Amino acid sequence: MRLLPILSLFTVLICGPVLAAGGKTLRMAYDADPASLDPHEQLSGATLQLSHLVFDPLVRFRKDLSLEPRLATRWEQIDERTTRFHLRDDVRFHSGRLMTAEDVAWTFNRLKQSPDFKALFEPFEAAKVIDEQTIDLVTKGPYPLVLNLATYIFPMDREFYTGTDARGAPKDAVVKHGSSFASANMSGTGPFIVTGREQGIRLELKRFDGYWDKDSPGNVDEIVLTPIKEPATRVAALLAGDVDFIGPVPPTDLNRVQSAACCDLVAIPSNRVLTFELNQKRVAAFKDPRVRRAMSYVINREASPRRSCAGKPPPPANLSPPGYAGHDPALQPPYDLAKAKALMKEAGYEDGFSATMIAPNNRYVGDARIAEAVAVMLAKINIKVDLQTLPKAQYWQRFDARDADIMMIGWQSDTQDSANFYEFLAMTPDPKTGYGQYNAGNYSNPEVDRLTLQTQTMTDPDARAEVLKKIERILYEDAALLPLQWQHLAWAARKNVKIEPVVNVIDMPYLGDLVIE
Amino acid sequence: MKALAAGAGFFARRLFQALLVMLAILVIAFAVRTSLGDPLREIMGQAVPESERAELRHELGLDAPWPLQLVRYLGRAATGDLGTSIIYKRPTVEVVLAKFPASFELVLGASLIVLLLSVPGGVYAAVRPGTLGARLILGLSVLGISVPVFVTGILLITVFSVWLGWLPAFGRGETVDLGVWQTGLLTLDGLEHLLLPALTLSSIMLPLFIRLVRGAMLDELDHDYVRTARAKGAAPLRVWLVHALRNALLPLVAVGGLQVGTLIAYTLLTETVFQWPGMGFLFLEAVTRADIPLITTYLVLVGLLFVITNTIVDLVSLMLDPRISLEATP
Repeated sequence: MRLLPILSLFTVLICGPVLAAGGKTLRMAYDADPASLDPHEQLSGATLQLSHLVFDPLVRFRKDLSLEPRLATRWEQIDERTTRFHLRDDVRFHSGRLMTAEDVAWTFNRLKQSPDFKALFEPFEAAKVIDEQTIDLVTKGPYPLVLNLATYIFPMDREFYTGTDARGAPKDAVVKHGSSFASANMSGTGPFIVTGREQGIRLELKRFDGYWDKDSPGNVDEIVLTPIKEPATRVAALLAGDVDFIGPVPPTDLNRVQSAACCDLVAIPSNRVLTFELNQKRVAAFKDPRVRRAMSYVINREASPRRSCAGKPPPPANLSPPGYAGHDPALQPPYDLAKAKALMKEAGYEDGFSATMIAPNNRYVGDARIAEAVAVMLAKINIKVDLQTLPKAQYWQRFDARDADIMMIGWQSDTQDSANFYEFLAMTPDPKTGYGQYNAGNYSNPEVDRLTLQTQTMTDPDARAEVLKKIERILYEDAALLPLQWQHLAWAARKNVKIEPVVNVIDMPYLGDLVIE
Repeated sequence: MKALAAGAGFFARRLFQALLVMLAILVIAFAVRTSLGDPLREIMGQAVPESERAELRHELGLDAPWPLQLVRYLGRAATGDLGTSIIYKRPTVEVVLAKFPASFELVLGASLIVLLLSVPGGVYAAVRPGTLGARLILGLSVLGISVPVFVTGILLITVFSVWLGWLPAFGRGETVDLGVWQTGLLTLDGLEHLLLPALTLSSIMLPLFIRLVRGAMLDELDHDYVRTARAKGAAPLRVWLVHALRNALLPLVAVGGLQVGTLIAYTLLTETVFQWPGMGFLFLEAVTRADIPLITTYLVLVGLLFVITNTIVDLVSLMLDPRISLEATP
């Protein structure tokens, strides 16, 4: 008699996996797992990747950066400050509730409270619910990037996150340090539901039966996400068949993975630009545009170290990557040693000078190697570089203190728009407004400041693109910074896992649409 | 009675010693705190305004001078609160202890491999010096110590996981929850996952122990009692294993105990290569992501672990050698 409950327990244990075995399971290894399940706690790639699994945005980017309707089916401009979104009426949360405009408004208000997200949503005044399926986003002034920011609005289940948890803390609190209800519980509208989580070890998800998007070709029923920190192990795990999908693939292994019979490699240039900033506060010579241009001329960007030709991105002359409104294909990366020497002579620095350089060694792909290569190139115009590379944990302290002459930074635009580059990297630093927060070179050009501010309220896309391109040209002529490369994104998967259609330049694989054969 | 008092004194001294060690570690950990990096960089987006960052920094008390932070820490520690991990968002002690079983089983596995290979290997090299086998054993063991652990790990993964497909490349596999202890030793999957990391970790200890056993054995073989035993007609195997080896084990225990520290140090690399969810991996992650509270707690707990291991080693030596007494042990 007593055995019976135990036996039935066994049946459950044995039958459980068998029942689930009808669908496909994806085992994916990536470099870091999200620190929290709260989509508004941290503005980071890991958080947004998770958001795309468990939630859905109003709109999302396609591969070519055009916008694809998701929870919003269509939208229109009502007046110069108001955009109206029409929502799907058949979307259910994992809790079973129907999603309405109230949930969107609630989510919007929570974003405005989040320390990480509120700066992005600063141009917005309010979200106004018109009816169950209609919502207006109202901006403080004319604002061109309403749709770009709508990609950050992943409606959360208002009722699920309302009230207080077991400890009496409000469930909707955004807690940056320490635990909270939202950091451990989720209810969204997305294709997957989190079923198990051991932070740093694994995250398990299963497909949501009531998912609204019946047209999605995705056939993955279960996902097991495993962080594997060490790139060589990540690659080995794929090649050994222990996992089906990995990202990122380290540059040293691109060729190895590409030639492996078991697997497919997908590599594309990302929209993160890697650049050096020249600290004008510490080095008088850097105030002279001729010196900065000479430094740009002497860097042979084609020669920057690379072991694979897979998906080789064009070397940048712009800060804006291709596909962005401000990207000007007419600008070509300069490389002219004679001209560089002539410019140095003209500026009176024929004999060169010494400069310190810092770069991280575990933050960006190939960061330390690229810095070494540039240091060698700069020696050709007698700039003797004293290079120090540091782990990222220590690097940002040095960067924030601006205590080197040449500093590396990688930047991607959170708004997927060119102006973001100028606001953070090129505008005159101003602690009050926050502009130029990462302009460690202290480059200052009133024209760039004025034009960048102007683009913030321009709603005519063509006229705005002209101004953005103009800024890009000024920065190029001035050699305000030294853009070096667009960073790589590389993923690899077993042959039967068709990752190519679901990966994208913003590095958020849409696993809901993934097909496993 | 006298022995009891000596025992109590011994443990009191050890306890005091442990507290001193932990305090010293704390002072150092807090003094170097600011150069460990800025944890806020890890938990806030890059584009977040500096004012938000400063606010949170103040909230976490990270903007105070380190002696003040240390005093605050000690105050909280007195109530049993050793801080909250920044990346794990849970009490640091809980986070570190949750990873202890994985590391312990890895070290246990590695120690077993060392024991099983070094004793026969060392004895053989001692009793048959100069033979091809002995040279091979010594030669191979040198190879083990000259190849970096990291390379050994990747090499083993490449051969046994990628080429042969026999063993898994990463992780701990299936574990069984025994309440407070998650073990991977009770499932075949768990054991398969353990083999490569344990082998990798053992590779740094193996050469030392083979040499140690060989040296100790050679020493013992020279003694009169061995010759006497041989002269009385005892079988060579019996003389080696029962007489000589038993005495040769004593230094092995003493040195072995001291080497536990080295083993723990190498778990950092081994666990990282194999994505082994143990304390070493956790520590390295805490360092790269500047999780200062977690780093501090790890160091304190490892300091404690050292004192405990040394105490155990002393007690085992005591059991093995009646000439050693507790009074003389510091």
